[in-house]
Amino acid sequence: MRREGLAEPAQHPERLWRNPDPKPSYDVVIIGGGGHGLATAYYLARNHGLRNVAVLERGWLAGGNMARNTTIIRSNYLWDESAGIYEHSLKLWEGLKDDLDYDIQFSQRGVLNLAHSLPDVREGLRRVNANRLNGIDAEWLTPDQVKEFCPIVNLSAEIRYPVMGATLQRRGGIAKHDFVAWAYARKADELGVDMLQGCEVTGFDLQGDRVVGVRTSRGRIAAGKVALCAAGHSSVLASMVGVGLPIQSHPLQALVSELLEPILNCVVMSGAVHVYVSQAHKGELVMGAGIDPYNSYAQRGSPHVIEYQLAAALELFPVFSRVHVVRTWGGIVDVSPDASPILGLTPIENLFVNCGWGTGGFKATPGAGWVYAHTIANGAPHPLNAAFSLDRFTTGALIDEHGAAAVAH
Amino acid sequence: MLIPCPWCGDREDAEFKYGGAADVAYPKDPGSVDDQAWAGYLFFRPNPKGRFPERWYHAAGCRRWFNLVRDTATHEIVT
Repeated sequence: MRREGLAEPAQHPERLWRNPDPKPSYDVVIIGGGGHGLATAYYLARNHGLRNVAVLERGWLAGGNMARNTTIIRSNYLWDESAGIYEHSLKLWEGLKDDLDYDIQFSQRGVLNLAHSLPDVREGLRRVNANRLNGIDAEWLTPDQVKEFCPIVNLSAEIRYPVMGATLQRRGGIAKHDFVAWAYARKADELGVDMLQGCEVTGFDLQGDRVVGVRTSRGRIAAGKVALCAAGHSSVLASMVGVGLPIQSHPLQALVSELLEPILNCVVMSGAVHVYVSQAHKGELVMGAGIDPYNSYAQRGSPHVIEYQLAAALELFPVFSRVHVVRTWGGIVDVSPDASPILGLTPIENLFVNCGWGTGGFKATPGAGWVYAHTIANGAPHPLNAAFSLDRFTTGALIDEHGAAAVAH
Repeated sequence: MLIPCPWCGDREDAEFKYGGAADVAYPKDPGSVDDQAWAGYLFFRPNPKGRFPERWYHAAGCRRWFNLVRDTATHEIVT
């Protein structure tokens, strides 16, 4: 494939990371080789000088939700705590290409969140104001301004849920998810991190209330610290050491169309009618919907969820009526009670948890990795994740982001 | 996915509302439970990979609640 400038493409290296055998012991073992796990490993090595680190992945690197999400990046969450961690992440995205020396195709094309009812409008305006108070770019668009920004949105008053306005975060956008994972993995590998694929954790070794190692399908591995980073499978791992998590695992489905000429210039999300869509760099429309309601680990959902999502998409974008769906799939998301992540310590000493990102973890990949690495290295939370502790469900200090996060991402 | 309603037989899951984990009991003496126990009641639910006793409501059918056991790894209805 030719790139701009008609130069021959650079010689691709044979491997971006080594495929080593497990060492008997590591300072830190990260369980889960998705985006968050790889980013955590990279920042552990880069920011904290911890290089005797392994990332354990049951399947292959970034083959779970990292390969299944719709790659939307934004930071327009309501509460101060969320604004802090998501905006930190967005700022890292803005420098990630240079930091990782890899064109991750981060495209700040703008994210629209449509409002279809008076409560939507009020919630949207409130969120715009909250975002601005937190120094996050946010605008309220009238229907006419929506039309100007994204001409193919159907603004007819005759549709079932007419568009009454939208929030816009211009710095939001999308990135190429695979490249993000590969870039982090390559850099972590360069710094000495071992990526151990096909390495499933089957148990933990404890001394009293302290974790000292993991048992895996590739043998026992001693560990100074163990960091859970397994999204939808977090409950399965935590239950092996008797730690309960307030997480429910649900399927979340997405789909792509065939490749199209450029038609959609931004990300459009609608929590009310349950669809969000963008056009990937290659040309396919990428769409997602809400979660399937039932608990599942099966990485598939029900067809009627796709049907509702496409019905919503067609009403908003009549121009898509002849587009074909090429592929649908599901991932397993870890939904928390307040639609906010759980990132911090556990009742087990030297065991850390990062989960509960639910439907929107991709955008947090750099920020979560950054603060999780800090938490692991210091044995105490970073200021940006202190509020996202597991014990907030006991103290009652929830961070309710259902408005900003639940269906929309 | 077909859900076996005890009164209507196998019906598509689109007809149902999901009720989550079965057998979540309200604390017997709510005045005396501590924060930990309240947290457990409000927020912590079993989330197994495998057999899961759960509640379903046949919203678009007989409008009755029932329990079943489903395997969350395969979607197979066990009972």
